[in-house]
Amino acid sequence: MSESVHTVATLPTERQAGCPFDPPAELLDARRHGPISRCTHPGGKPGWLITGYDLVRSVLADPRFSSRKELMNVVDFELPPAPPGEFLLMDDPQHRRYRQPLAGKFTVRRMRLLTERIEQITADCLDAMEKTGPPTDLVTAFAKPIPTIVICELLGVPYEDRGSFQEQIDTFMGGATSDEELIAAYTATQEYLARLVAAKRANPTDDVLSELTDSDLTDEELKGISLILLAAGFDTTANMLSLGTFALLQNPGQLAALRADPAITDGAVEELLRYLSVAKTFMRTALEDVEVGGQTIEAGTTVVLSYNTANRDPERFADPHVLDLSRQDTGGHLAFSHGIHQCLGQQLARVEMRVAFRALLDRFPTLRLAVPAEEVGLRPETADIYGVKSLPVTWDREGA
Amino acid sequence: MSAAQVSVDRGRCIGAGMCALTAPEVFDQDEDDGRVLLLQTEPTAAHRAAARMAAGVCPSGAITLAEPESDGS
Ligand code: SF4
Repeated sequence: MSESVHTVATLPTERQAGCPFDPPAELLDARRHGPISRCTHPGGKPGWLITGYDLVRSVLADPRFSSRKELMNVVDFELPPAPPGEFLLMDDPQHRRYRQPLAGKFTVRRMRLLTERIEQITADCLDAMEKTGPPTDLVTAFAKPIPTIVICELLGVPYEDRGSFQEQIDTFMGGATSDEELIAAYTATQEYLARLVAAKRANPTDDVLSELTDSDLTDEELKGISLILLAAGFDTTANMLSLGTFALLQNPGQLAALRADPAITDGAVEELLRYLSVAKTFMRTALEDVEVGGQTIEAGTTVVLSYNTANRDPERFADPHVLDLSRQDTGGHLAFSHGIHQCLGQQLARVEMRVAFRALLDRFPTLRLAVPAEEVGLRPETADIYGVKSLPVTWDREGA
Repeated sequence: MSAAQVSVDRGRCIGAGMCALTAPEVFDQDEDDGRVLLLQTEPTAAHRAAARMAAGVCPSGAITLAEPESDGS
């Protein structure tokens, strides 16, 4: 009966005070009412909100739901199709055409081969932290530089360009103070990537971007792909590292367990991914009328999939709101999504997190917050990727 | 007794690598396109649970595991 459907008037824009790691209360409440609710999109269009694990997973695996940008029915103007190369917002066969040549560059094996290099990058960041701190902001000293340097190396950004390039992407991914600044940084990044693609085509070096010039992809497409790799590979990992450290520091028992037993690191990373789910929501649009959880989603209607709520679904995860690093049921969590769009860079992200968390804890046995937890600035719910703005930490100097 | 049979549909595979991560003895990925390579079509008892888990977490439904009838065994 349609009258009995739970409705979330507008999607929440804030989390509950004092619960920085939990999805907004309205979303958890929606899940309690059932796995699917009605909602209104920001532009006033009616839509659906899915918070149940099984339903989120089934929609993600269902080809009757589209990822095409121009089909997203959420605002009161027409969205343009995704630019060439930005395959995140495309369906097959376009999506596959871009993804397939890339997938070979991000295999489990290839990412494992990068481990040593990532250890070195991490050690350099930790050295710099020791030199200049304590205290320090873990976001600028650790969480951002590690994934940025890694992605710069994959794309083959020359060393001398790194500083200005990092600043640009930092500005356009959350650091901009005005729209003009944002647009300027975005344009500058686009222009830089276009020059980079041209340079790699002329003089291939030992990196993923150069390898991709040896395919049928055009320069324009390669620019789009580079932008996707950058956007997806940098902000997500950076926020997992900083928010993950915050979560560990707020759960001393779990932190102690992880410090004591390096063997649980891999599992701990999966649990942090599940528990924090920094890529909180994605959208799909029904291409035809589809029945989901007893409701009919009409063709052309956009559904919001709440990954972070689904990853806290009590029907799928025991005691879902407890961070338990030795949990055995994290397999199949949705932090990297599911279906054909499941994160291309997930094996890279895993290696980065395994290496970086381990090295941070080993280097600073007395790491702790330098401010009361309530004062840690959090990103607004409206940001694509959730996380902390900065994370002031301190530690005891050795021998002090 | 017949063993569990694994099969893969490389046409569906998106190369996410969950299989190679979960059951490296059973699955690998092609160096060129990242797509799944089957190392064992009949995983040994030791690797069967991992293979089953890989089939469960594969994002594109590319892995099928045909288990022998368990009735009466
Ligand atoms: S988990 Fe599935 S999609 Fe990913 S590489 Fe293996 S078979 Fe392909």
